[in-house]
Amino acid sequence: MSVKVITVGEDILGANDEKARANKSRLDKYGILTINIMSSPGAGKTSLILSTIKHLRKKTRIAVIEGDVASSVDADKVNELGIPVIQINTAGGCHLDANMVEKALNDLPLKDTDLLFIENVGNLICPNAFALGEDRRVMIASLPEGDDKPHKYPAMFADTDVILLNKIDLQPYLDFNTDAFKKVVTGLNPDVTIFPVSCKTGTGMAAWFAWLESTVKNKKKK
Amino acid sequence: MHEYSITESILSLALEKASAASASQIKRINLVVGELSGVVSECVQFYFDVISKDTIAGGAELAFEVRPTKLQCRKCQTVFTPQNSEWSCPDCHEAGIEIVSGRECYMESIEVE
Repeated sequence: MSVKVITVGEDILGANDEKARANKSRLDKYGILTINIMSSPGAGKTSLILSTIKHLRKKTRIAVIEGDVASSVDADKVNELGIPVIQINTAGGCHLDANMVEKALNDLPLKDTDLLFIENVGNLICPNAFALGEDRRVMIASLPEGDDKPHKYPAMFADTDVILLNKIDLQPYLDFNTDAFKKVVTGLNPDVTIFPVSCKTGTGMAAWFAWLESTVKNKKKK
Repeated sequence: MHEYSITESILSLALEKASAASASQIKRINLVVGELSGVVSECVQFYFDVISKDTIAGGAELAFEVRPTKLQCRKCQTVFTPQNSEWSCPDCHEAGIEIVSGRECYMESIEVE
């Protein structure tokens, strides 16, 4: 039997992209601003979500999807605040995908939600390759990780809309060069917005809250 | 584990295309992956052999064409390959650069019987 070549020319993750578009249009219908939060483990994703909930909850109806390899430690913390939360355990998987998010959406009160945080699995290698249906991508980079991370994981930094540079309260103890970090990041990604913050002390958080509130409002208008 | 989900996607896309062409066996799958895509080809072949075993793609060879990282200066348009941590333009030293190659992750073709 002769071998025949069939041209494909399609993205390997095309099926995921398609599902992500369906998630996005479902969320658009309810006017929900959806934020995909990505960072390395320990950079402060859950701390950021918790302090943002505490600040915005009176004005904004928030829901959360927590992605972790195992455990419900993070979801429990959100649940304690009385916020709807779904925990996804990836059972070893290093990222969330659109299919997992689709299932989680079935269990969230979408009609009563203005803002959805999706906390991705802590990892700088691949979560950016898997669209989930988000409006914005927010990355957290923290000072103890070092200012060289954009060189090591350029695709993550090139794809994000916002970077929260967290743990700036530790600057006196570290050699992190903020100017060098910003130069590389804005070189790769000229449209990115960078907020230097400390989730612990609250420094710089007002600018992040203001950005979020106005982005939620703009989404509602559409 | 990143490779496992990539491999599942490769298998399902290849099976879909083979079935549309009424093929009885997939012999080879030609893939293009960029250096920055984070795909480890040996891992993908390993997973593929396991999960394709009972399909018409069982025994198929995965061929990876790896595309190197290429950057382009946003100011003078020079295209260059980054050296270690030096990501600014070698000609005009601007830090504003765009990744023009190295993020590919697609299936070019399949070879079937």
